[in-house]
Amino acid sequence: MKSHVWRPLFVVLAIVALVFAARKVLVPSDFGVGERGYMYGWHRPSNEQQWKDVKVKYRTAQHCKECHKDKYDEIKSSPHGNINCENCHGPGLGHPEDPKALDIDRSRELCTRCHLKLKYHGSGREKIRGIDPARHNPGLECVTCHWPHDPRKEGHNK
Amino acid sequence: MVHGEAWTLKEFFTYPNEYIYWTIQIVMYPFMTGLVAGAFVLSSLYHVFGVKQLKDIARFSLVFSFALLPVAMLPLLLHLQQPLRGIEVMMTPHFTSAIAAFGIVFTTYGMIVASELWFVYRKHFVETALAFREIKDKSALQSLQYLLFTALTLGAWDVSHEALEADERAVKKLAGAGIPVACFLHGYAGFIFGSVKANALWMTPLMPVIFICSAVVSGIALCILTYIITMEIRKQLSKRRRRAYPELPSAEELKSAEAHVVAMTSRYLLMFMVAAITLELLDLIFRGYTAVKSWDILRSVIYERDFVNIFIVQYGLGNLAPFLLFLVPGLTIRRAVVGTSLVLLGVFMMRWNVVIGGQAFSSSFAGFMHYTLPIWPHDMDSFKEGLFGALTVAFIPFFLFWLLNKVMPVFKETH
Amino acid sequence: MISRRSFCKKSLLIAGGLAIPFSALELFDPKRLLAEKDQKGARWVFLVDTEKCVGCGFCVQGCKIENEIPYDANVTRTWVERYVVTKDGKTHIDSPKGARDGFKTTEIDIGEGKFEPIRDDDIEKAFFVPKLCNQCDNPPCVQVCPVGATYQTADGVVLVDRQWCIGCGYCIMGCPYGVRFFHPVHHVAEKCNFCYHRITKGMQTACIDACAFGARRIGNLRDPEDPVTKIIMTERVNVLKEEYGTKPQVFYVGFSKEVK
Repeated sequence: MKSHVWRPLFVVLAIVALVFAARKVLVPSDFGVGERGYMYGWHRPSNEQQWKDVKVKYRTAQHCKECHKDKYDEIKSSPHGNINCENCHGPGLGHPEDPKALDIDRSRELCTRCHLKLKYHGSGREKIRGIDPARHNPGLECVTCHWPHDPRKEGHNK
Repeated sequence: MVHGEAWTLKEFFTYPNEYIYWTIQIVMYPFMTGLVAGAFVLSSLYHVFGVKQLKDIARFSLVFSFALLPVAMLPLLLHLQQPLRGIEVMMTPHFTSAIAAFGIVFTTYGMIVASELWFVYRKHFVETALAFREIKDKSALQSLQYLLFTALTLGAWDVSHEALEADERAVKKLAGAGIPVACFLHGYAGFIFGSVKANALWMTPLMPVIFICSAVVSGIALCILTYIITMEIRKQLSKRRRRAYPELPSAEELKSAEAHVVAMTSRYLLMFMVAAITLELLDLIFRGYTAVKSWDILRSVIYERDFVNIFIVQYGLGNLAPFLLFLVPGLTIRRAVVGTSLVLLGVFMMRWNVVIGGQAFSSSFAGFMHYTLPIWPHDMDSFKEGLFGALTVAFIPFFLFWLLNKVMPVFKETH
Repeated sequence: MISRRSFCKKSLLIAGGLAIPFSALELFDPKRLLAEKDQKGARWVFLVDTEKCVGCGFCVQGCKIENEIPYDANVTRTWVERYVVTKDGKTHIDSPKGARDGFKTTEIDIGEGKFEPIRDDDIEKAFFVPKLCNQCDNPPCVQVCPVGATYQTADGVVLVDRQWCIGCGYCIMGCPYGVRFFHPVHHVAEKCNFCYHRITKGMQTACIDACAFGARRIGNLRDPEDPVTKIIMTERVNVLKEEYGTKPQVFYVGFSKEVK
């Protein structure tokens, strides 16, 4: 290869070598083809565990039941039985350590999520008893008269 | 505001997460790579096919193509939400994605153009380095220049007749090899859009071909335009310097060379324009004829909301008008300037109508999105993805071209 | 004696003809996946019952909090769409803030702060359709990622590597269902991942826990005894945009022709 014509090629090869060297440094060593093949599985496997390690915020009603069995039983036997505690009480997180107490959302907007009357034939929504919030005691919290843990009972002021 | 919310107006039913994510920079990117590819093809018309009259513009367009290359990467860096990770495309490329081809294609093309430039300018590097070597007491700047030109020779000092002929042969081979790579550089950009089945406007096998044809059109047009402008500057300079250096070519001599080159090059421009417009019209006719599920909303976008952008600006001003301007006999330089400017406008609008037009309707086919280009930047996002970001990308190649010209002069008789 | 040309022609014809039954288009078939019982691990599937959804939006709220999507940001991993079909044959569709706060008015949100009033007696039918990432078997979003930042796990969930994503947005453009978006804080691609951190611990997803009406359910397609799998196999279910060939794994009961 005496001819000078090949010199640019050497520069090119040097650059390519540089790229490969950079790859060794910058790319995590476990990066590769996963179980789903190259098209759908080209990734860094350690990321899967990172996603599994995300903190759980909502503990579910089963968790609340451990300490608040009375409230749990009350709501479970009521028409509101299928509503998760945390829908209105917010996520459990580390309660009772942190937070010590959960904020209860007593707003009208929360109740009207289901109880705004919508005459939608063909949807389960039609069966839910509802009101027109502009007409039915506007501005007043629903829980003033309605007890959320058992809507058959009268509400009480808190 | 989430990314995209600031410049998107949503009408009727669009999915909650839908915004116009690919904006002006994604319009600029295929526009810039198109100019790169087109400029290279023009240069190769001389080197490979030996069209002698294009010799002057060939050297010019090769350097310009190289000046455009780093700028082609700039819109992508401005668009990425994580630009510092951009290098990952070279580190862990996922070749099932068209964008991953970017790393390989871009680098290959860059190498070819750089190598070809080296062969074209090697004699100049050697002569300049030797001239600097002669200077006894070099200033700091001169020492730097000496080092630069010595490095650029890559140690190949032989400028004998045989060596220069070897250079010519290498240039011819590289120019030939470079044409398919240049086509690939822009064809893959067309593939990026054409392969997205989720987008009803983009999805067509014609997209890569349309992009390549209009890329060549834009490259040639830009080269003609910049060539005219540069010759105009040279003429002005020669008028002033001729008093001191009468041996320089006169303004009349320069002018006649220019008109001939422009006339020749615009022939090729017209040919590729015909190809580009044929494909685009074919795509449109097919869509209307087959009228698949997406046709209702597409028709609404193409014939109603974007009517002016598509038919008046792109097809009318950008295609029909320059076509007529170039075909009417007795082509003047002034007419060529207007013609090529309109062609560039047309090519830019084509990119705009594809990228923005493809996001003008919702994937639900039941709603629309309207894009308002951010004009005055008030934060990083509105600069990068706004008018000023686009202008930066548009003007940097000229600045780079001016820089490169100092090392690789495009006109032989520079003074 | 048969000529060489004729022999070649005929054998190509026979080979081609034989290939046709073998290469018969493998229509999307849950049974095939089910048959891969010998494969370890689950294949997560989701079941949405649009007859049961009432549009309360607790699922959207729960998802946002569980997955730390900024509450006020106008992006969400899951959402609920409302379809109101009026007597004039028009379908009115909206999803105000993805139904994060439920549906507060009978008026249809048509964007840019404008609302379209609908009279109760004009309504022929109306229903709600929850949507989330379909965790497709042929995910087009994974196919187009240039750097391998998004991928599918062995149990079928498509995840995004937040440390690797370059934020190009190709996956967002590649999804026909519009489930992907840029995370406003992390500035990388984001989407529903079936609350991977919950389901891999034996919990339900946040949206399922929040739903008081049983409109959302998750199951394991590789377990024939799974109640969700049984419904998919034995009842009439549908998927979104099947024509794209993505093979989505979220199945809908009560799927109506108006659903986009």
